[in-house]
Amino acid sequence: MKKFTRRNFVKVVGGTAAVSAVGAPVFSIASGTKKVVVIGGGTAGATAAKYIKRGDSSIDVTIIEPNKHYHTCYLSNEVLSGHRTMESIRFGYDGLKGHGINIVHDMVSGIDAGAKKVMTAGGQSFDYDRCIVAPGISLRYDTIGGYSEEAAQMMPHAWKAGEQTQILRDQVHAMKDGGTVIIAPPPNPFRCPPGPYERACQIGMYLKANKPKSKIVILDAKKKFSKMKLFMQAFDRHYKGIIEWHSVEETGGVASVDAKAGTITTGKGDTMKGDVVNIIPAQHAGSIAKTAGLTNDSGWCPVDHATFESTIHKGIHVIGDAAIQKPLPKSGYAASSEAKVTAAAVVNLLNGNQPGDPSWVNTCYSIVGPDDAISVAMVYNLVDGKVAKIKGSGGLTPMDSSATDRAREVQYAYSWFNNITSDIFM
Amino acid sequence: MSLKRIISITLSAGLVLGAASVSAEPTGQMLADTCAGCHGTDGVSTGPAAPHLAGMSSVYLVDSMNQFKSGERASTIMGRIAKGYTEEQYAAMGEVFAAQDIPSADQKTDADKVAAGAKVYEDSCEKCHDEKGALADDDSGILAGQWLPYLQYSMEDFKSGAREMPKKMAKKVKKLDDAQIEATLHFFASQK
Repeated sequence: MKKFTRRNFVKVVGGTAAVSAVGAPVFSIASGTKKVVVIGGGTAGATAAKYIKRGDSSIDVTIIEPNKHYHTCYLSNEVLSGHRTMESIRFGYDGLKGHGINIVHDMVSGIDAGAKKVMTAGGQSFDYDRCIVAPGISLRYDTIGGYSEEAAQMMPHAWKAGEQTQILRDQVHAMKDGGTVIIAPPPNPFRCPPGPYERACQIGMYLKANKPKSKIVILDAKKKFSKMKLFMQAFDRHYKGIIEWHSVEETGGVASVDAKAGTITTGKGDTMKGDVVNIIPAQHAGSIAKTAGLTNDSGWCPVDHATFESTIHKGIHVIGDAAIQKPLPKSGYAASSEAKVTAAAVVNLLNGNQPGDPSWVNTCYSIVGPDDAISVAMVYNLVDGKVAKIKGSGGLTPMDSSATDRAREVQYAYSWFNNITSDIFM
Repeated sequence: MSLKRIISITLSAGLVLGAASVSAEPTGQMLADTCAGCHGTDGVSTGPAAPHLAGMSSVYLVDSMNQFKSGERASTIMGRIAKGYTEEQYAAMGEVFAAQDIPSADQKTDADKVAAGAKVYEDSCEKCHDEKGALADDDSGILAGQWLPYLQYSMEDFKSGAREMPKKMAKKVKKLDDAQIEATLHFFASQK
């Protein structure tokens, strides 16, 4: 009986006609409301919840999310330059409630995959037929000496948007002209691969206009990065003498910090003072994924790419940044795309159908200067059970693209933001 | 359906059959949902520039995607994404968007330009862009209620030669000055 799923039940007994033979309890399970619990109300979780409801409104969908509002990481760099308000990246859950989704503001403390139950810190318990885990990332403070959650109040990571974004913005805006901003991008894999470099450009835009004697020093933990040639072109085109990038080969990256003194020490032993220090540490899947035993040695969650169902615990799907989704990137658009594939699979599986064939897209913009944005895109399908890039598709903004096209890409970046956030939260 | 289109569909169907053993075939809805991040849920864009896809005919969408893919129609990002799909997949997505109501962009237009544009529309555009640009069956795209920046980019590309105009359109556009063209775009954008 261990493998007696609802789907098998329908196949074996041929639906409700056999109810009297099998008995009322089985019938009540078979015909009862199917429940999906979504852990995390960010881009991946909220999109999955909404698209499950779109696919089958009879499914009972509950999102468990500790925060009353979600701040998007995408375009939070524009808050740093002053080109965007905090309010414009803040989203509530009323729109999702309007789709009939239950919103519970609580912190998940554990998942019992055997009993199909989610427990919360608030003492609540939720049964599920399928669970979707979308906890985003956790920051590995301990990978940098002297860095901690407390130190992040002085040296913000600003890699989970919200209060951290505000701290970094205020520091940059309070800094004297002639000051130094240090940005320390993390090693791979991490959320939003082009993000640290767009951040340099956005802070650079503010400094160039307001504090032109200042500089930005990027002390990278890597020797190359996403959209690298295009970013280097942007640094040269817009921020000559302001932004300098240093490879890990040169400096060894940031090994330790002294948050009170405002200094960092590199892997090669050089100490440097920054007026603003933005430490973006290495990352793992959000902590609940680890607590629930969904991560492997890499710190991320292995999944079956056809459905994003965990390969460790059946009945639980892991989507968004927490999953091992390569060659899909850990980006907002990919998280949304994974959520839709998973939503379709969950609806199909709960209705006794095959999960369906997936298709994914990633589209990612970086605004690198006034009227200047660059993008990367890719279309993916499933080949031999794995996500694969479709050959010949996608790619980067050309290095020689015209000023007209770059200006249009800014408007398309804003369209991306408006449309993806509406698609998630409205 | 033109002979050219029949040939191109037949050719691509042949290619699809050849590749069928390698990749799976997602539904039109699955494919169309991947567009929403830039073009809005169900192809209803919240702007400011990415166009609505909702309500346009499948034939227009397939034609456009083929042109993006080949580079015949200029784009920033669309051509790169178009290369990820087959013509049959364009058609499957096209069916989904064609089934949607035509949306209207929530945007400001200039009343004087709208009035001037209405006149230009009647004289020069109506034959191919019927019902004030809201007739999907004319396979000329949906211009009514479309985002103004998108309409402006399109016209800039037509005029610069980055995108080829149909002969009849080129003849009409040639006779219009910039102010008349701008007015016409406001007229289309203002349609509710």
